[in-house]
Amino acid sequence: MNNATMSEALFDLTPTEDQQMTQDMVRRFVADVMGPQARAADEAATLPEGFLDQVFELGFSFMPVPEDLGGAGEGRRPVSNVLLMENLAAGDLSMAVAALAPLSVINCLLDYGNRAQQERVFRVLNGSAFVPAALAVHEPGIATDPHAPATTATKAGDGYVLHGAKSMVAFGADARFIVVTALLDDGVAAFLLDTDNDAEGLSFKPEQYMGLRSLPLFQITLDKVSLPASARLDNDFSIDGLLQRGRIAAAALATGTCQAVLDYVVPYVNERVAFGEPISNRQAVAFMVADMATELEAMQLLNWRAAAQLEQGLDCARAAYLAQRHASKYGMKIGTDGVQLFGGHGFIREHPLEMWYRNLRAVPLLGGLVLA
Amino acid sequence: MINLELPKHLQDLQTLLRKFSNDGLRPLSRKYDDLEPKELPEELGPLSELLAAGRKQRSAKNSAEENGDAPQTEVRNGTNLGTVVGAAELCWGDPALFLAMPAIGLGNAAVEAVATPEQKQQWGELYAAMAITEPGCGSDSAAIRTTATLDGDEWVINGEKIFVTDGYRCKQVVVWASLDPELGKAAIKSFLVPKGTPGMTVTRIEHKLGMRASDTAQIVFDNCRVPRTNLLGDPEIAKTAEARKKAFGGVMQTFDNTRPAVAAQGIGTARAALDITEALLRERGVELGYNREYARLSALENDLYDLEAEYEAARLLVLKAAWMADNKLPNSKNASMCKAKAGRMVNTVTLKCVEICGQLGYSKTELLEKLARDSKIIDIYEGTQQIQQLIVARQVLGKSSSELK
Repeated sequence: MNNATMSEALFDLTPTEDQQMTQDMVRRFVADVMGPQARAADEAATLPEGFLDQVFELGFSFMPVPEDLGGAGEGRRPVSNVLLMENLAAGDLSMAVAALAPLSVINCLLDYGNRAQQERVFRVLNGSAFVPAALAVHEPGIATDPHAPATTATKAGDGYVLHGAKSMVAFGADARFIVVTALLDDGVAAFLLDTDNDAEGLSFKPEQYMGLRSLPLFQITLDKVSLPASARLDNDFSIDGLLQRGRIAAAALATGTCQAVLDYVVPYVNERVAFGEPISNRQAVAFMVADMATELEAMQLLNWRAAAQLEQGLDCARAAYLAQRHASKYGMKIGTDGVQLFGGHGFIREHPLEMWYRNLRAVPLLGGLVLA
Repeated sequence: MINLELPKHLQDLQTLLRKFSNDGLRPLSRKYDDLEPKELPEELGPLSELLAAGRKQRSAKNSAEENGDAPQTEVRNGTNLGTVVGAAELCWGDPALFLAMPAIGLGNAAVEAVATPEQKQQWGELYAAMAITEPGCGSDSAAIRTTATLDGDEWVINGEKIFVTDGYRCKQVVVWASLDPELGKAAIKSFLVPKGTPGMTVTRIEHKLGMRASDTAQIVFDNCRVPRTNLLGDPEIAKTAEARKKAFGGVMQTFDNTRPAVAAQGIGTARAALDITEALLRERGVELGYNREYARLSALENDLYDLEAEYEAARLLVLKAAWMADNKLPNSKNASMCKAKAGRMVNTVTLKCVEICGQLGYSKTELLEKLARDSKIIDIYEGTQQIQQLIVARQVLGKSSSELK
């Protein structure tokens, strides 16, 4: 939709019928499949058996892909993506990121890839079973900056040589495709790495984090990895654009996780009795819940605005940046308050509060893993 | 379809009012903050007439659309959304002058909601203040002690009201009084008392931290008599406990539409402070690019991004609550959420802007210190922060007012 027609569009918060139908489907999946397995998966630090194949059956990765490339031809739909991400994260954040990683690579290629790259990747990712794929944006260390990655790309003959290290790469060696960002001359470029063909110089080391435990994350070392010229994403790649899409995804995942916290907290504070009455009869408790609900509502609206701007082709830099800031700040607060409201019961692993507390620390980082 | 941009007609309204605010209100800001006048600032008369004309035109169009017989199938951006957008822009100009504008207040809204055409004609030009708060009751408006008793064809009102916005300079006062304090909330009715009615006296005008262009009065009613027909709305006292609850609930429901409008004052006031601060910092080479990593930000930039995020969060909550009202969706929770968020946001933002701008922020050279003084009341009137939290909490937790006090 172009800007001229958009200016007549009304302020509206109603999802389309299609979006509502998808939401209903995802919520059932979350209630039946994800929710019940989330805690055990976190304990086991591995994805539940068969989960990724169940995700594949839902067909998210088909939706945006053009029909002539084997997809449903829905096109890029950041708002629908955000609704999907919110709902999946309400089931479990780690599992949601795993489920969404290939879709994020697809979104990235729809935005910045050329036709040949799209053809190659979509055929594999939308084949007959779930095929892992991931983004490699983060780098190990503190104060890293995706605008100035330490990983470098150097022109060599017809192709490029990549050298450096990346962190928080989902699936590691199991990922068939990895989109890697690297500094090329003065700017940031992105490269499509096919682990079946470009494995020379590539090594993987599993990483352990405070949260996101069931999501397999790896550090990858690129030791002078040679890539053909065709590996570069050359369709107007913009690191700012990529980061914006990541910020929106991170805020959506935070929104879903915080919704899970709120939904879990409300019945507990209503049932837990202290001094002869439910603790939620006390303002000190009730006001924490009120603020949780208010900031959660704001978190969703900020992000919906950013996603709708992106979908409409408007500049979403400010909205996306603010959405992620809010989601990082209040996501962590809601995670913390969830534990606090449960007291000692929030601190033990019998309840999922401590898991959400750990997972919600990841919000500032999730933008490097998932794209709206 | 999810879209959080304003439609063209509201963007046009913003542009129009921004110019009005900039050219009409800003030049008067300092003058009337210094003067703290009893009387209506003379420039505001013509300015508000100009605004009223525009509002009338828009509301005629909106009500034609909203009162149509056809069931609502299409999404609407109507009066409520227009009101919050308008209020925010005018408060960007000056929140105190906005508050002082005749006919924007709760009093007029209360009269417009229930008065018959005959009553309106009889009372003439409406410039009504709202008198609810008393020395002994603020947030718990059900506890008011002012009474109204029927004597023949007249109501006799006795009691004392405080913090009446525009109470001195208005032409009518809408007074909340109880027909029988024994019966609690259900017996509370509102009465229109024209200025000059014997027995009604303005006994004090407050000196305030901010919002000084608007007057805040104490009014005493001493056997003040008004015609029987000056009772606004239904004169019956509900018989059963259930019906009484419902009757007062109806009164409180009017706040579901006014809370977003008051929250919108916070939006415009905060925007004004942010715009001034960002312009001052731009001169010093600080530019917000909305793209840099956390580790690359200066403390000052970090603060500014935080304020922008708080601002935007509150703004969208206000728009949502108003949009829900326009589309006949129950919005009690969202109305209170947006008032709670906007109230604390505007306090945080304006005070932080004063701090960020150092000597200049604190000085009367800039409007920042004034906005920081004006803003405090926005987190208090029309339901304090804590009252809003209480309402939100009750809704989220499914609690009654007797369970969660």
